[in-house]
Amino acid sequence: MAEFRMPSLGADMVAGTLVEWLRRPGDRVRRGDIVAVVETQKGAIEIEIFQDGVIERFLVDVGATVPVGTPLALIAGAVAPAAPAPPPVRPEAVVQAPAPPRMPLPGPGAGRPLASPAARRMAEQFGVDLRALRGSGPGSAIVSADVEGAAKAPRRFDPAEMRRAIGAAMARSKREIPHYYLSTTIDITATQQWMEARNAERPPPQRLLLAAPLLKAVAIALRGSRELNGYYTERGFEPSPAIHLGVAIAIRGGGLMAPAIHDVNNLGIDELMAKLRDLGMRARSGGLRSSELSDSTITVTSLGERGSEAVFGIIYPPQVALVGLGKPTERPAVLDGKVVPRRTIVATLSADHRVSDGHRGAIFLSEMDRLLQAPEQL
Amino acid sequence: MNREEMLGVIIEMLGGIAPEADASTLDPKADIRESLDIDSLDFLNFVIALHERLRIDIPEVDYPRLFTLDGAVDYLLQKAPPRK
Repeated sequence: MAEFRMPSLGADMVAGTLVEWLRRPGDRVRRGDIVAVVETQKGAIEIEIFQDGVIERFLVDVGATVPVGTPLALIAGAVAPAAPAPPPVRPEAVVQAPAPPRMPLPGPGAGRPLASPAARRMAEQFGVDLRALRGSGPGSAIVSADVEGAAKAPRRFDPAEMRRAIGAAMARSKREIPHYYLSTTIDITATQQWMEARNAERPPPQRLLLAAPLLKAVAIALRGSRELNGYYTERGFEPSPAIHLGVAIAIRGGGLMAPAIHDVNNLGIDELMAKLRDLGMRARSGGLRSSELSDSTITVTSLGERGSEAVFGIIYPPQVALVGLGKPTERPAVLDGKVVPRRTIVATLSADHRVSDGHRGAIFLSEMDRLLQAPEQL
Repeated sequence: MNREEMLGVIIEMLGGIAPEADASTLDPKADIRESLDIDSLDFLNFVIALHERLRIDIPEVDYPRLFTLDGAVDYLLQKAPPRK
């Protein structure tokens, strides 16, 4: 018998609210199945199970808000979870971390009402503010019927709640992680030209964005820099054999999240682009899965075309590094003794000095540079 | 398709990209990337939506012509296959 627990979806999560069971007692489940929906300050997240077995019974009612790690259900016939996706954060560690200034728990419930995903979708479609509704479902959860006929009001993420969660995670990072920072300018003219030529022959759904070759280069360069990819826990640094890139995505109206694209080093460039598009859509509309929010082994933040020249990020614990990509810009460069305009990008690395030194970081950034000079091999 | 219908299609597609914004109140000469806060991923999804809805090719080099509502209407009307 094994327990299915409230997962930690990142260093900033303390508790979650069970919104819906998607399976019933008696159902056979397999590792990776989505069995429940949990409301967090990041929105409604689909929770996957990490063991095979049969659901014996539920231990938590729909509507209950429980701390990370609380058993939610008993799973019969399950062998103790064989390596549940690397437990990035020991929940206790989060709860016990010396609380800086007392603030309201960044848990759900404060500003986000309970609602079924269907009700949420409908509310979004019709622009209904769920907070203005009284739920008639289990645990006073809002169901589709409640949304129907409700008055029109602008739907809003709760930016204040997300801001608190980001603040808590970043304050912990700055308290615990001795960051060092490196910056280098990379000539991406070759990558840009390769991509433009490729895109010119393809219809829009098959086109690449610069983010795809950049992410791929990060993932491949990480193969030789294991001190940058993994988790720092109370046992010290644990490098990760898998390379799961957390991709920072800004939420319109404020806030951000960094869901993971898994095993980026093994993905073809088109596959990677498809995953990036899919992730962008789901980050904004809801429907992210628990593993995507909890198992990034490093984060990449990219400011895009309207951003600044460079970004020096704050590491998302328990990760040990963050790669920042600035706005692609035409800059004068010296080539064969002549000054010529080249398309460039400033790539930065923020890394954890408990695990690596600037020397290692510099090797990583130059490897990225080297890879981007031969984009067709990515 | 006339200007008004084309504008309607564009606004509907933008609604799918930035559901929390009201694209119908946009300044037709403003850069939609600024006014709707859409990034390159959103913009690609916008182009894909137009491509699939209107069944026209939109080469990457023409993207800048879609940056304003006015520009997008002009461009897409010129590209759209004539009505039978």
